[in-house]
Amino acid sequence: MYDFKALYEAKSVDEAVRLRRGHPGARIIAGGSDVLIRIRNGKWAGAELISIHGIDALRGVKLEDDGTIRIGPLTSFSHLASDPVIGTHIPVLAEAANQVGSPQIRNIGTIGGNICNGSPAADTPPTLFVLDAQVELTGTEGARRVPVRDFYIRAGVVDLKPDELLTAVLVPGEAYRGYTGHYIKYAMREALDISVVSCSVNVKLTEDKKRIENVRAAFGAVGPVPLRTPGAEAAARGGETTERTVKAFASAVLGEISPWSDWRTSKAFREHIAEELAARALIRSIELGGGGIHA
Amino acid sequence: MPDQYKLIRCTVNGREKEAMVDVRASLADLLRNDFRLTSVKKGCEVGECGACNVLIDGESFNSCIYLAVWADGKDILTLEGLEGPDGKISDIQQAFIDEAAVQCGFCTPGAIMSAVEILNEGRLLSDEEIRVRMSGHLCRCTGYENIVRAVKKTMLARLSQ
Repeated sequence: MYDFKALYEAKSVDEAVRLRRGHPGARIIAGGSDVLIRIRNGKWAGAELISIHGIDALRGVKLEDDGTIRIGPLTSFSHLASDPVIGTHIPVLAEAANQVGSPQIRNIGTIGGNICNGSPAADTPPTLFVLDAQVELTGTEGARRVPVRDFYIRAGVVDLKPDELLTAVLVPGEAYRGYTGHYIKYAMREALDISVVSCSVNVKLTEDKKRIENVRAAFGAVGPVPLRTPGAEAAARGGETTERTVKAFASAVLGEISPWSDWRTSKAFREHIAEELAARALIRSIELGGGGIHA
Repeated sequence: MPDQYKLIRCTVNGREKEAMVDVRASLADLLRNDFRLTSVKKGCEVGECGACNVLIDGESFNSCIYLAVWADGKDILTLEGLEGPDGKISDIQQAFIDEAAVQCGFCTPGAIMSAVEILNEGRLLSDEEIRVRMSGHLCRCTGYENIVRAVKKTMLARLSQ
C-alpha cells in the first residue's frame, strides 16, 4: 500500500487541467516509475496525485504533414523504441529509449515523465536536445510551445505552470532530415543503472560526405540539467571528417560542461568519459551518414 | 476528497474478476492479497528486482509499481495462469527445472513471466538479445547462465514445432 493522500484520475487533457487548477499541490503521475518510488522512500509521502495514466489520447507517435514528428508524452519507452515512424526517421531516439532501466521499466516509463522529472541524467533528453525538440504545454489558456532546451530550469525543476500538462513532444522535420545520430550511455551496469555520463550527437554531411555541414551535441549528467555544447558544435561545423576535427570537437566539450563528484564517480572521470563519448558518438554519426574518418 | 475505494473489473489468468480496491494499493497488493496469487513476489518494491513481474495485455510490468486501479479493463497473466487444463506446468517452467535455473525460487515466477513475453513473440533471438530482454530480473543464486539456457531451449523447441 502506498502512502498518498488522494488519487484523482483524469480521462482527458481538459479534465487533467481542471484537476491541476483544483489541486495546486498535487503531483502528476503518468507511468509511476519515478513518482511511486519517491512515495515509497518517503520523499513524497502523503502527496495528492493526479493520474494521467488513463488519457489514451496522449499515447503514440504521429508523422504530421509538414514532417513534424508528434510524440504523445504517455508513449512508453518500449513503444517509442519499436515505433515505425521513430525507427525510420529518428532511430537514435529509439536507441536512447532502449537504454532506460530494464524491459519492465521501459514498458511503464513514459517519455513525458523522462522530461518532466527534470533529471540531468535521463536517457531521452540529450537526443531531444540535439533534435531541437519542442514541448507542447496545455493549460487553462490553451497550448504553448517551448524548445525543450528552455524547458529545464534547474535540477529537478521544469517550466511547467501550475495548471499545465505536457501534451506533446515535437521534433521538426528540418531537425532530422538529412541527419544521422548516435547516443551513448556510460553506466556501471548494462541494465537498471543511471548514466554516469551520456552523450547524443547528430550530423549532417555535405553531399560528397567529406565535410560536416552541421553537427549538434548534447550531454546528460554533466551539469544540473541536460545541456547542448554549442562551442564544440562550432569547432566541428564545416570541418573535414578527419581525426583532427573529431579531436577539436571532443576537447571543446570540456570547456562547456560542469560535472561534479559524487558517490557514482569523480568529476575528473566524468570529464574524461564525456570527451571520449563525444568523439565516439561523432565518429559513429558520421559513419551512419555514409562518411568515414580520414587521417 | 475522492473515494478511497474503487470498483475495478479485469481479467486475471483468463477469468473475469471484480474487486473493490483501495486506490493506494499496488497491483502486487491486489494480486497477492485479494486474489491469493502468491507467485507474485514482493522483493524490492521499487521496480528493480523483477520478482513481482506479471503480463498486462501481453507486456511485462513490475506489479509493485503499478497502481491496482490502473488494472481496470486489463488482461493480466501471472505464473498461476500458465497451468494447463490438465494441471501440468508449461514448457518454460519445465525448462527452468531441467536447466537448474531455479535455486531459492524467489525470482523465478517474475523471470518466467518475462520469458513468456519473449516466447509469445515467436521470434528467434540471439543469446545477447535474450540477455537484454531478461535484464530486468535480479537473481542472487543462479548466476543467470541457466536462466538464459532455459529461455533459449524453450524458444528453439517452440520454433521447431
